[in-house]
Amino acid sequence: MTLDNIDVGQEAVITKVGGEGELRCRFLDMGIIPKTKVKVQKMAPMGDPIEIQLRGYELTIRKEDAQKIEVEIL
Amino acid sequence: MVYALAGNQNSGKTTLFNQLTGSNQHVGNFPGVTVERKIGEIRGEKKDAVVDLPGIYSLRPYSKEEIVTRNFILNEKPDAIINIVDATNIERNLYLTLQLLEMHIPMVLALNMMDEVRGNGGTIEIDKMEKELGIPIIAISAIKNEGVEDLIHAIREVASKRIYPKVTDFCEKGPVHRCIHAVSHQVEDHAEAAGMSPRFAAAKMVEGDKEITDQLKLSENELELIEHSIIEMEQDSGMDRNAALANMRYEFIEKTCRNSVIKCRESKEHKRSVKIDAVLTGKYTAIPAFLIIMLLIFWLTFEVIGAFLSDILSLGIDALSGWVKTGLEAYGINPVVESLVIDGIFTGVGSVLSFLPIIVVLFFFLSILEDSGYMARIAFVMDRPLRKIGLSGRSFVSMLIGFGCSVPAVMSSRTLSSDRDKKMTIMLIPFISCSAKIPIYTVFISAFFARHRALVMMALYVLGIAVGLVVAIVLNHTAFRGNSMPFMMELPNYRFPSAKSVLLLMWDKAKDFLQRAFTVIFIATLIIWFMQTFDMRLNVVKDSSESLLAVVGKAIAPLFVPLGFNDWRAATALISGFSAKEAVVSTLSVLTGSTMSNMSRTLSTVFTPVSAVSFLVFTLLYTPCVAAVATIRREMGSGLKAFLVVVMQCAVAWVCAFAVYSALSMFVGY
Repeated sequence: MTLDNIDVGQEAVITKVGGEGELRCRFLDMGIIPKTKVKVQKMAPMGDPIEIQLRGYELTIRKEDAQKIEVEIL
Repeated sequence: MVYALAGNQNSGKTTLFNQLTGSNQHVGNFPGVTVERKIGEIRGEKKDAVVDLPGIYSLRPYSKEEIVTRNFILNEKPDAIINIVDATNIERNLYLTLQLLEMHIPMVLALNMMDEVRGNGGTIEIDKMEKELGIPIIAISAIKNEGVEDLIHAIREVASKRIYPKVTDFCEKGPVHRCIHAVSHQVEDHAEAAGMSPRFAAAKMVEGDKEITDQLKLSENELELIEHSIIEMEQDSGMDRNAALANMRYEFIEKTCRNSVIKCRESKEHKRSVKIDAVLTGKYTAIPAFLIIMLLIFWLTFEVIGAFLSDILSLGIDALSGWVKTGLEAYGINPVVESLVIDGIFTGVGSVLSFLPIIVVLFFFLSILEDSGYMARIAFVMDRPLRKIGLSGRSFVSMLIGFGCSVPAVMSSRTLSSDRDKKMTIMLIPFISCSAKIPIYTVFISAFFARHRALVMMALYVLGIAVGLVVAIVLNHTAFRGNSMPFMMELPNYRFPSAKSVLLLMWDKAKDFLQRAFTVIFIATLIIWFMQTFDMRLNVVKDSSESLLAVVGKAIAPLFVPLGFNDWRAATALISGFSAKEAVVSTLSVLTGSTMSNMSRTLSTVFTPVSAVSFLVFTLLYTPCVAAVATIRREMGSGLKAFLVVVMQCAVAWVCAFAVYSALSMFVGY
């Protein structure tokens, strides 16, 4: 399952971080790494981007980017 | 001593900088306000300078901000680093801290917003964390100016005694540890020769940082050897190099935080933000809320507060001009000098000055939007529609600033992560109607459409945006094919805008406007007055249609015949608008010999309602002013590109004005 498919309010744990180059490094720098817990906090009115909560802070990312993050629902 | 101030975006860095230096930089509640590094003296001590570096999350060489920060620390070797960390978001903030520690420079950690953590039942045990990180930690509240004295004391101490961080090793025993240490030894001499710490060089090499690798000047053999140990590490750890290093840092951070941080419960500030966001970013409420907020701002600015203050000011200027005129006449001064003072300076500068209130009020609202944290929400909400034209929600914020002035808007595009997004945004900003064009609209609207002020005003703004959109779509499919960059942004908690910050920004803008009124516009009015008063042989003309200016105006006027304003005065006003948009109004008023109060009547002798619309459309879209063009040139890094922007704008303006004029003429039946 990928992060873009998680419903608002649901929690999950990251299992694999895909993407490449800059995007992937940004993910990693922001603390999006395997074994990290995330929660989808909200979705923009037009369905994209989404806001996720992790490591005690909130980050907005686009769905097409979230698609590259594999998670397991808790 | 030189201190570098480094930290994440939105960690309160600029606020701390202001407290340290007593300066008044504008602080926004929007990630990435600092795009340029700024230097200040610590509380008036000439020997202590602090450099405010742009907010970053990491020391990778991807964004401009990261490169600026990294190069400053590597090349200019500050005596110490003040690393500001947001205590409410400690894990993510410490990620940068670890990379700064690797650089091995005396450093103090300023733990900001500790009051908020404590206020919500959490705490950070500073002694324990100091031990884990090996540097002094000072709890501060930048907003309340608490702990700043202690911080200054601590930073002076580590800098003067050259106290280096005690901990630079963040890896547990294992494959990553082995690899970094091996590489670290291998590059030791090269790193020292290049003026960086071996540990930093090693970590960056493992991350595959090309810039650092090049600076180290390693031989083919050495590179191969290093690559080999990295591959071994990847195999042993089961992670690729980037993931392995990020994982190492975050594991260290988690361990540190487990030992020294008692997490606070969900903060009041956050709870409040969630509630506000339920409406402002809600599925059905976000867009209506946005439109209502923008309409309200426009209505208050242009019809209520700003317009009222402008009317008062222009009455005052007219009265003053009257007194001066009487005084000069009583003195019996030469009529040419009287004309210079009254028709030139008072009419020209005065007509522009009376718009000061509107501009200040507009900036008042824009700064509230930014300071409150709403601007970031706008980027969040608008990202999807903007992506359709190949831009990101962040560009939208630059465009919103463009409603105030193109110059800061173009500059703010620097926070965009890709060059492509940046260039596209810069090309679109001039289509957004800046506040300097307000005087033009206001004058024409009161002359021709007094009954539909807000509607016509709104229509002009919408037209600017619409044309910008069309241009963006065209660009997206031609010159700038490709995708916009990853959009990752934090939504800060809402906060009440600080009166100080808002007032400062207003004062800043007012000062800027006044400066321009008395420099660029003053000179422009003088030149125009001169050209209007004298003919080719420098004799005073009786009829302004024989003047120097008329000659120039008449020469280019035919260009505007298809647009419906075949009048040399209109053409001349447009030329002077290049110096500053407000000058269009002052020129028209000088040329028609009218004052602000009777300008409406005079204008209706020059324009018909239909040609007035055409003129407005043209001024809305044609070339940005000199200041904006200069900024575009700087940001695009090319004079030719800036020139092309000007040509493109003028062409688009001409075509649009022509289309509008033709359509309206048919409709009205002229």
